[in-house]
Amino acid sequence: MSKLKVVHYINNFFAGIGGEEKADIVPEIREGVVGPGMALNKALGDEAEVVATAICGDSYFGENLEEAQATLIEMIKQYEPDLFVAGPAFNAGRYGVACGIIAKAVEAELNIPVITGMYIENPGADMFKKDLHIIATNNSAADMRNAIPKVAKLGLKLAKGEEVGPPEEEGYHVRGIRVNYFHERRGTERAIDMLLKKINGEEFVTEYPMPVFDRVEPQPAIKDMSKVKVAIVTSGGIVPQGNPDRIESSSATKYGIYDISGMDSLTSDKFMTIHGGYDRAFVTENPNLVVPLDVMREMEKEGVIGELCNYFVTTTGTGTAVGNAKAFGEAFSKKLVADGVEAVILTST
Amino acid sequence: MRLELGKIKITDVQFGESTKVENGTLFVNKQELIDMALQDERLKSVAIELARPGESIRITPVKDVIEPRVKVEGSGVMFPGMIGNKVKTVGSGRTHALVGATVITCGKIVGFQEGVIDMSGPIAKYCPFSETYNVCVVVTPQEGLGTHAYEAAAREAGLKIATAVGEAGRNVEPDEVVVYDTKPLLEQVNEYPGLPKIGYIHMLQSQGLLHDTYYYGVDAKQIVPTFMYPTEIMDGAITSGNCVAPCDKVTTFHHLNNPVIEDLYKRHGKDLNFIGVILTNENVFLADKERSSDMVGKFVEYLGLDGVLITEEGYGNPDTDLMMNCKKATDAGANVVLITDEFPGRDGKSQSLADAKTEADALVSCGNGNIILNFPPMDKVIGMLDYIESQIGGYEGSLKPDGSIEGELQLVIASTIANGYNKLTARTY
Repeated sequence: MSKLKVVHYINNFFAGIGGEEKADIVPEIREGVVGPGMALNKALGDEAEVVATAICGDSYFGENLEEAQATLIEMIKQYEPDLFVAGPAFNAGRYGVACGIIAKAVEAELNIPVITGMYIENPGADMFKKDLHIIATNNSAADMRNAIPKVAKLGLKLAKGEEVGPPEEEGYHVRGIRVNYFHERRGTERAIDMLLKKINGEEFVTEYPMPVFDRVEPQPAIKDMSKVKVAIVTSGGIVPQGNPDRIESSSATKYGIYDISGMDSLTSDKFMTIHGGYDRAFVTENPNLVVPLDVMREMEKEGVIGELCNYFVTTTGTGTAVGNAKAFGEAFSKKLVADGVEAVILTST
Repeated sequence: MRLELGKIKITDVQFGESTKVENGTLFVNKQELIDMALQDERLKSVAIELARPGESIRITPVKDVIEPRVKVEGSGVMFPGMIGNKVKTVGSGRTHALVGATVITCGKIVGFQEGVIDMSGPIAKYCPFSETYNVCVVVTPQEGLGTHAYEAAAREAGLKIATAVGEAGRNVEPDEVVVYDTKPLLEQVNEYPGLPKIGYIHMLQSQGLLHDTYYYGVDAKQIVPTFMYPTEIMDGAITSGNCVAPCDKVTTFHHLNNPVIEDLYKRHGKDLNFIGVILTNENVFLADKERSSDMVGKFVEYLGLDGVLITEEGYGNPDTDLMMNCKKATDAGANVVLITDEFPGRDGKSQSLADAKTEADALVSCGNGNIILNFPPMDKVIGMLDYIESQIGGYEGSLKPDGSIEGELQLVIASTIANGYNKLTARTY
């Protein structure tokens, strides 16, 4: 079997091309190893080899983000790598951020596993630990000899598609990803032990520390609704009959935008709900219970509101990850604003 | 209240001329069970099929799973208030259980909440019913039957058939008899004065159609929190009427075999004093949530509990009840441990719960229901695959032409059940 191909990314300093004064050098790629690539190549052993090294100055990267990424990806692509290694960057901030950005871009564009390494206080570690495996290193390049074997070991696992162990075993920064495993004892036994420890004032470790949520400050109240264009947005799963966009009944990965122009109410022959988290029987008969088009049209006629937006935005709220919900909101809000909507009525179930 | 539970171990299931247990094999008379279920005019047809561990069988859409039991001595009948009109208090005397056997109701979906059971293959390890000998009741409703009526008919068919099958254990000598004993409150408190007084706050799913649970036949939406002897639940005082997201569904089987109650009894008198169960609900209106959680806190204080375990059923909306109960039980002076499951999205990166309180500093996780799994095709399907893509955990493209499924763990019945029954858990990578 031929060796797995690895492309390594380093900055000008690690490539031996000067210091800060050379941090503006443009991207280049060289065959084989450069600088720390030698140790990496050795640590990869017989299974993989560093076929090329991409180099870029940190200042150039930071000041020409789009261009630097595009150029580097074109260069890296030619070598058809199975794995991309960036850094390690230790505590070098700009280098760490560059490693994070280019690693994430390579993963997305070339669809290959990527890995990097950073010190915990490197700003790049915080920015990218959710997206990438970042080996935890010490704060200076003196830690290279400890860091490289960990990068190589986990990198090989990723390249071979092997199962990755927990952070404490593999040495990467905790990514905040919840992963299942089978415990040797069932939940109730663990819970009773935890409870007795808590009662006795002994130390215990919760299996899930409480999450933190974004809190959105409400906008000031609108004084005169009669001039305002209003849209309806719902997490109640109202969709046209047949669910044309196949929105899920739970843990939605998409939302829909559906036309209501010329309609005075939502009729059950045209609309339905696909939400899996509430009693659908009543809404199936009368979809206006969740998307109150009937009442909104009356208000529009009476001049209570200026105008009703000619579409509504919808998804399923039940079990939908906050990450997805946030992305939906960020995307459709732009459209609402562009369409002149100044107020939104959010309906849940 | 003292209950002797006689466990009759079932190691095979077969069709037979009569419904009986012989040398660990459960025989069921197919036609008798069908005729019994068809007495309900809401059902158009009923089929009975068997599924054993290791067989290449997929059962879906599954509504409920029930362990067959029979009341041998003591007042009342199994599932009081649910079938027939007998609502005598249960939980004392003697009950026989066919351990290792179940009755499973399945058929065309009522909502989207029904799930999957695989009897073999890589998904089997997630489901407790992949390891049991299952009598599957496949129901077909009359044309045009409303969803509420269909749900009730399917539920009652399951309970009736489970009761009939349970009768087969009446005169069988159990392999093991376990005695569960809880004394009246003051006596119980005094029995183990040196041990911490522990209670169990049991939250019943009560969000509406397919999200209802029954206590002595009363819809849990309509109860105010109450206090019960733990053994009552073993005789069917609580039955599931819901098909909440399949993975964290507390089936009637799981009420009968509640793991919190089972494991608290195991340590009762050793390192804790198990006082009893506070029963509450998970209604959707804020006023109901406030009232119920206030009363839970009041019970914790009134009973003088040192510690409580809290379990929930479902996710999202009930997470609010879980947190309110946690806070109010803590404020009432108890140490609290929560048991629940997690829904952090398919990438595992979002918040696992929909609500949080600082008091919730001790939590046991029953796993992440959003992970994506591949279900290989099975030789036989009991029920139908028609609804997989709209069942919770399924999505567009989930069902492949060869009958395999790509879908979230959510699809699998009781795989992340939030009462600690399973060994599955999650950690942070």
